[in-house]
Amino acid sequence: MRSLRKNWDLYLLIAPVMMYILLFHYVPMYGLQIAFKNFTAVKGIWGSPWVGLDHFERFFNSFYFWRLIKNTLGISLYELVVGFPAPLLLALMINEVSSRRFRKVVQTVTYAPHFLSTVVLVGMVLMFLSPQKGVINHLIQLLGGHSIPFMTEPEWFKTIYVFSGVWQSAGWGSIIYLAALTGIDPGLHEAAIIDGASRLRRIWHINLPSIMPTVVILLILNLGNIMGVGFEKIYLMQNNLNKESSDVIATYVYQSGILGAQYSFSAAVGLFNSLVNFVLLVMVNAVARKVNETSLW
Amino acid sequence: MANQTFGDRFLGVAIYAFLSVVLLVVIYPLIYVISASISDPVPVINGSMWLFPAGFNLTGYAKIFQNQEVLIGYRNTIVYTVLGTAINLVMTVMAAYPLSRKDFSGRGVITGILVFTMFFSGGLIPTYLLIKNLHMINTVWALILPGAVSVYNIIIMRTFFQTGIPGELQEAAAIDGCGNLQTLWRIVLPLSMPILAVMVLFYSVGHWNSYFNALIYLSERGKFPLQLFLREILIKGEMDEMLQGGGTMIGQDQQLLEAETVKYAMVVVANLPIFLLYPFLQKYFVKGVMIGAIKG
Repeated sequence: MRSLRKNWDLYLLIAPVMMYILLFHYVPMYGLQIAFKNFTAVKGIWGSPWVGLDHFERFFNSFYFWRLIKNTLGISLYELVVGFPAPLLLALMINEVSSRRFRKVVQTVTYAPHFLSTVVLVGMVLMFLSPQKGVINHLIQLLGGHSIPFMTEPEWFKTIYVFSGVWQSAGWGSIIYLAALTGIDPGLHEAAIIDGASRLRRIWHINLPSIMPTVVILLILNLGNIMGVGFEKIYLMQNNLNKESSDVIATYVYQSGILGAQYSFSAAVGLFNSLVNFVLLVMVNAVARKVNETSLW
Repeated sequence: MANQTFGDRFLGVAIYAFLSVVLLVVIYPLIYVISASISDPVPVINGSMWLFPAGFNLTGYAKIFQNQEVLIGYRNTIVYTVLGTAINLVMTVMAAYPLSRKDFSGRGVITGILVFTMFFSGGLIPTYLLIKNLHMINTVWALILPGAVSVYNIIIMRTFFQTGIPGELQEAAAIDGCGNLQTLWRIVLPLSMPILAVMVLFYSVGHWNSYFNALIYLSERGKFPLQLFLREILIKGEMDEMLQGGGTMIGQDQQLLEAETVKYAMVVVANLPIFLLYPFLQKYFVKGVMIGAIKG
């Protein structure tokens, strides 16, 4: 109570932000009830009739269900296996570079793609992979191969998605590990050198363990988001010919909800997705706390 | 490090070699785009240009600046970025400062309410309906308000206020009769310039590069940001061409050639502000990630 009287102006300061959060974040959560209703604009969220789990059943039984799950999980797992270790490896290597200049050059260059927009990134991917004009196919032809129509062959989609992602964000992702690596006490390394430990052993036994907490936290966040493949990049890379391997839950929600105006049905699909994510996050976090004593909360 | 073993030295060389390859792989596409944008288009398309521009040709850039829509998009993006970043910044400070004060009771609960939104959200459809009900479709607000503040950035800023600014300084100001808001304005903010710079950069690059909100909330072309026009030029055209299977013989049609150069020039023009600011961006962004890492 005393705090309220003394700091009333601080409450006043934060009040608009809280009102904003309630309106733009919690009201949509309340609006999620349309997933269990048959929403019509005339009756509104509150007045529309309840239909229970009808929309969920329709989704689970739909032709697209397994395809969406397969693609969503497939892309995430692929990304986790290839994309997650890349920045870690890069940071461990950059940390071993003794020439300050080389180090600076590597960092400056590898951070740069992070600032390209998704539209530009995908635009570049399309230009480079174009069957007739792209530099990659020119190279393949130069080496005696046949030009590959990368963007229209479904089997290439996930690989292109994941590796263009590594190209764009591995450098940026390494910053957080480099920050953790600079915090290591140099005395540890000196002592290990006196004991005759090789460089590889020191990386393995000193550097790696000391950034483990960071690794675990990021891994938890990644695992908790395994059903949350982002919409933006996939949507831009998608076309009718690669759809069987590029259709994910997020693009499906956009298509049936925003373009098809099936609000209740797509809200149900979206809710299913965020619930799975949330449960996964809580579970992975609990496991990590047990095993590693590192957790988000 | 005078007497390294053979293994250690080998590892050192291997790391340099590997990083050099990484360096080339990352920088090559960037150089290629710039070269292709100023090169004669024929060698670009038929594959005889590999790194440096063949010939010199600014048609691509000339075409862009004749394109009314691109200029409109550029102008819109500048407006959205400036306005959006200003709102972001004010809201972030308004939330972060009270939360940084130990004598602000209820901050645990408030932080909880904020952080929960990072892990669970209503999702696309309810948010879309909300924006529609608020009659914000086809207005600037649909682009700016759904992401008016980032909880992650609030936490970074709160951490900076807590660790970067001595609490004694604020207490001293209070004893001298400074109110809370005066302390924030006169003492805390002037000492927070580095983190404010980080925030401006985080938010403005985000606005500059975003297309999603514009895609779902805008249908009037006159309000489109640059990224939506970019999408039409870079992606739609290219996709159509690929889906047709490329029956057209490239290298013949003057218009096709121009369209190609325009794409490369477009990429350069769209990223020009960010490229120019890159040296500053890099320094401050890195700082921001570091502060975020302390209390992630």
